[in-house]
Amino acid sequence: MATQVTTPPPVAAPRIRARRPRPIPEGGRVNWGLTIVIAIVSLVVLIPLYFAIAMALKSPAQTGTGTGFNFPWPMHWGNFRAAWDLTNTPLAFSMSLLITVIAVAGEIFVSSLAAWAIVRNWGHWQFRATFVYLLLALFIPFPVVALPQVKLMAAIGLANPFGVAILHIMFQLAFNVLLFSAYIRSIPGELEESARMDGCTTWQVYRKLVLPLLAPIAATVGIFAFLQSWNDFMMPQLITANPKYQTLPVVQYLFQDQFTTNFNVAFASYLMALLPTLVVFLIAQRWVVSGIMRGSIK
Amino acid sequence: MSATALPSQRTAGVRSRPRALSKLKKLFFPVAPAYLLMTIPAIVLFTFFIIYPTVQGMFWSFTNYVGYGNWHFIGLANYQAAFADPTIRDSYGFTLLFAVVACLLTNAVAMALAIALNAKIKWRAGFRTIFFMPMVLSGLVVSYIFTFIIGTSVPIIAGAIHFAPLESSILANQHTAWLGIVFVASWVAIPGAIIIYLAGLVSIPNEVYEAASIDGASAWKQFQRMTFPLLFPFFIINTILTFKAFLNVYDICVGLTGGGPGTATTSVAQTIFSGFFTGDYAYQMANAVIFFIITLFFALFQLSVIRRRGGSL
Repeated sequence: MATQVTTPPPVAAPRIRARRPRPIPEGGRVNWGLTIVIAIVSLVVLIPLYFAIAMALKSPAQTGTGTGFNFPWPMHWGNFRAAWDLTNTPLAFSMSLLITVIAVAGEIFVSSLAAWAIVRNWGHWQFRATFVYLLLALFIPFPVVALPQVKLMAAIGLANPFGVAILHIMFQLAFNVLLFSAYIRSIPGELEESARMDGCTTWQVYRKLVLPLLAPIAATVGIFAFLQSWNDFMMPQLITANPKYQTLPVVQYLFQDQFTTNFNVAFASYLMALLPTLVVFLIAQRWVVSGIMRGSIK
Repeated sequence: MSATALPSQRTAGVRSRPRALSKLKKLFFPVAPAYLLMTIPAIVLFTFFIIYPTVQGMFWSFTNYVGYGNWHFIGLANYQAAFADPTIRDSYGFTLLFAVVACLLTNAVAMALAIALNAKIKWRAGFRTIFFMPMVLSGLVVSYIFTFIIGTSVPIIAGAIHFAPLESSILANQHTAWLGIVFVASWVAIPGAIIIYLAGLVSIPNEVYEAASIDGASAWKQFQRMTFPLLFPFFIINTILTFKAFLNVYDICVGLTGGGPGTATTSVAQTIFSGFFTGDYAYQMANAVIFFIITLFFALFQLSVIRRRGGSL
């Protein structure tokens, strides 16, 4: 239904010297027709979010047999408390945070090091072969390896959040190396040569010179890693053996049966699971958006 | 390994060692050891955690292994059984249909919204924020929210206005449940695609449009003849990215329908994972290998597209 927006916006087309209707950068008239269309379409995003909030603030009696869209009044903040205690939110939150922090740091560190070494030694076939080898991961999605991988992780004692974090790093390695190496190619090697002349070791060159230069692309990799690790359901669900150490999304899944008796507590719990990424996004929107732009187009 | 065909040593460093030793050293350690320390951990971890289980899985797919105990080779029997298995065939049917439809929907809506969000509208930044939000939300949790909306609220509203098609939950009907999954999966995926299209729109110089409107091109003509062709590379990126992600659909099926009603919306990933619980371990590994070949086919197609477009996608 929203597809109809593709058709030209209902702008003052027949008017003489009408401004062009599409991308008008600065100046030009506000396209009110299109603004109204967009406002209506935006309800497709906003209504489900309002719904979740409204449900989380109601008592079961207020929900009753209604649609759930009615305004929550008086508000029942107790649902959050109940959800917090029922699902042991602090522990699940810590697990999600632990996995995310390790994955973000690990992805930036492992892939930037490998990418830098590969790009700066491109003349050696060993490094070109390494590059191609690591890119193989682009062709291996998790479901393909899941069965043997879960057994492997259990066998080496990594059927826990640490194992999940390691796998997040590994599955993103190919894509991250690709991003980093494309970026490193644009940095002239002369800078590093002169640092070496001044007596820097290879590690010092990396730490003091290369890593700071990589900041923009590292931010991109970090944002991808954060969103993916925080929201991932598939890997923690299958890898982590002990339900006690599950992440926030998996906890929602595990408590689904207990939630059916009280939807309002369920929605309070959903909101708490959604909130962290939403807050980070609203604060750091510019970086998230430009990071995703850079990451997908490279 | 041909030892002599090494590229000439470019790294600085004075060497005064016996020739044979230095040749051997050049072969295995052609550069400063620090560089090797940087790549070897990545190679070792990657081999151990990804390549080893992949190869192992391929191996098991030719056996009757159930996850523990004795096993022996049974050749291609697992594959033959998988091709004849209606559960597996249906999961491919559902997953491919879902991926194609959701991919088309996501791209069409995202392109339209990107063009609108790039136009001169009021509160543009605010609207962009709203439309980007679903991108950062957990697919599973979003599915739970929509389960209630689609399954409970919508039928009540439809009942009140006597709109027959939605009066019962579409998720409870095995012929329509997949539409719910298409809707929610697209709802989550559209923001990412919008961002990529916006990146494309920004790169189109405005003079192009000025020239076109001076020549009297209608807005639709402008889209058809200019915007769409200029956005085409971004359309390709988006199609590939969303399609590959949709092929692995899992959380949204689990959250929205649990794979039901019956097995109507059980995705390939879900079917493979069932190997843990049903004892079909080797059998589902064969399924995973088939899935791998399909994924590989799309990935190679992606590479060929990238190469044809000059490697700069």
